[in-house]
Amino acid sequence: MDVQVWTYILVGITFAIYIGIAIWSKAGSTSEFYVAEGAVKPLTNGMATAADWMSAASFLSMAGLISFMGYDGAVYLMGWTGGYVLLALLLAPYLRKFGKFTVPDFIGDRYYSNLARTIAVICALIVSFTYVAGQMRGVGLVFSKFLEVDIFWGVIIGMAIVFFYAVLGGMKGITYTQVAQYCVLIFAFMVPAFFISMQLTGSPIPQIGFGSVASDGSGMYLLDKLDQLHTELGFAEYTSGTKSIQDVFFITVALMVGTAGLPHVIVRFFTVPKVKDARISVGYALVFIAILYTTAPAIAVFARTNLIETVSEKPYSEMPEWFNTWEETALLNWVDKNEDGIINYAPGAAIVGSPEIVRSNGEIQRGQHNEVMISNEATISQNELYVDRDIMVLANPEIAGLPAWVAALVAAGGLAAALSTAAGLLLVISTSVSHDLIKKQFNKDLSDKAELRYARIAAALAVVVAGYFGINPPGFVAQVVAIAFGLAAASFFPAIILGIFYKKMNKEGALAGMVAGLLFTLSYIVFFKIAFPEYNTPEYWWFGISPEGIGTLGMILNLIVALLVGAIFPEPPGEVQEMVEGIRYPR
Amino acid sequence: MEQEKDLKGYWKKNLQYVGVLLSIWFTVSYGFGILLAPWFNNFKMGGFKLGFWFAQQGSIYVFVILIFVYVYLMNRLDKQFGVSEEDA
Repeated sequence: MDVQVWTYILVGITFAIYIGIAIWSKAGSTSEFYVAEGAVKPLTNGMATAADWMSAASFLSMAGLISFMGYDGAVYLMGWTGGYVLLALLLAPYLRKFGKFTVPDFIGDRYYSNLARTIAVICALIVSFTYVAGQMRGVGLVFSKFLEVDIFWGVIIGMAIVFFYAVLGGMKGITYTQVAQYCVLIFAFMVPAFFISMQLTGSPIPQIGFGSVASDGSGMYLLDKLDQLHTELGFAEYTSGTKSIQDVFFITVALMVGTAGLPHVIVRFFTVPKVKDARISVGYALVFIAILYTTAPAIAVFARTNLIETVSEKPYSEMPEWFNTWEETALLNWVDKNEDGIINYAPGAAIVGSPEIVRSNGEIQRGQHNEVMISNEATISQNELYVDRDIMVLANPEIAGLPAWVAALVAAGGLAAALSTAAGLLLVISTSVSHDLIKKQFNKDLSDKAELRYARIAAALAVVVAGYFGINPPGFVAQVVAIAFGLAAASFFPAIILGIFYKKMNKEGALAGMVAGLLFTLSYIVFFKIAFPEYNTPEYWWFGISPEGIGTLGMILNLIVALLVGAIFPEPPGEVQEMVEGIRYPR
Repeated sequence: MEQEKDLKGYWKKNLQYVGVLLSIWFTVSYGFGILLAPWFNNFKMGGFKLGFWFAQQGSIYVFVILIFVYVYLMNRLDKQFGVSEEDA
């Protein structure tokens, strides 16, 4: 059977499971809908959190990104795991003890201010919408690449599935489908990794394999071999990287703190019964996440080595079949600049922009060596190869010559990763609207039943909006991930930390801090990413900090402003200080 | 009054644990993995340069261990100070 048939089978089975779980776990009250009645077991919650957290980007793009960044890829590896230490030590237990439904709930109550709650709601909505659009796009991509379904219909199918279990089951449905999705995605990620590690190093465990001796008979360590290949081709050593130390430092802080401040992650710790469970479930979550995150750098090294060895300095006519398959999707293309029929791979972009395939009457046109022709202007660099980073995970099984069902598994895994994250985000959006806006701002006497109805309507609308952005992504979608993390780092994180650890922090300080951090971070990112991308180079950045890392500075600014402004105004009322005292002790 | 004093002790101890664990967290990831990585790269563990290993593998393992150590310490502390949810 070929990959496509296998993909239909595997995707069909997994979707049937998700729908089955949704029907079984229909939510009957707002407490069930928002936080699964606070009755989720810590191990279950850990697994669900891991699926919630690991998005289409973690699954499909991260290993590819790392394989092109080398050492610098550590910013994602550390940045997206280290935040869990902050969650366990500084946030999760206290927010669980606080015991309401959402992050804006905490901000609003702690700072006894509806304005603070509103700012928190707006931040939560911006962060969640930017994120969810990316997930829907991921769903569409997997469908179009593997099942040859139009991206439009891919997104529609994805929307329908999420709609079903998120709108019906709320947090309860989402939690149990996420458990299933975690199992699918981790299995799909690990199977090719085992195989390839075995092929390249003889060690089945990828985490050990990529530090072992390569099994090509050279007797060299795999990483030394890769460093050597890199140096020969003119790239920087794989294990050294090219970013400046301060930029790596700031990006890592921003991602870590941003992770700890993301509302869809935090809300998961409202779903367990006890403070004790909140602490341990962060631990379980990180274990489940670490399995993928320690494998990804190994896959990056394997894929990089395989790619260079297969294509570099080889005649185009000797390329394996997969090369042509990916050429036709415009993700891997070759322009023969010196017309020698040999693929020269070197640093720098090969072409201007991303490949545009030349077609006449719908037929793909081919060049002198039968390669797929593209119309892009060639650059002056030696490099003749365009490689899209996303194919490193998608094409890995084919590049390594693995059976068809492994490639199909990767497709099912990518869908699981995208859908689980999308559902978690949609829930944050729907609770923000029904609970934090409608119930707390406009209609305080709303009955539980009516609130649940609003929550479902909000979730349904959010699915449609997310789907729209998935089909018509705004041009800056890739850029906005930086915004999501930067905003979370510069707004929520300091406000929550001060709220728990500094009893005397008042609403004036917290508000001023949030607004300052938010505006500063937002303007820096918008300036370099959207308004003047031509200035987005280290020489123009402040202190050499890229827009990805600026959230760190925004967070520090938030803290300073909050403490200064807070010192001028009176202490918070006695009952608020008592509440803060209360959340510090489990009982 | 007795109760009040106890809780202060509990909170102080908690902050101590958090302080120590976060110092380790910072040292391993930002220290070994980033700021000192070029120096650590002079040493090797199997095929890994040590700075590279801390940045892409070691720090993640340490993160996991830190959380479980904190969970263990806090469960013990909860019992000692009588604020454990089990005794409720």
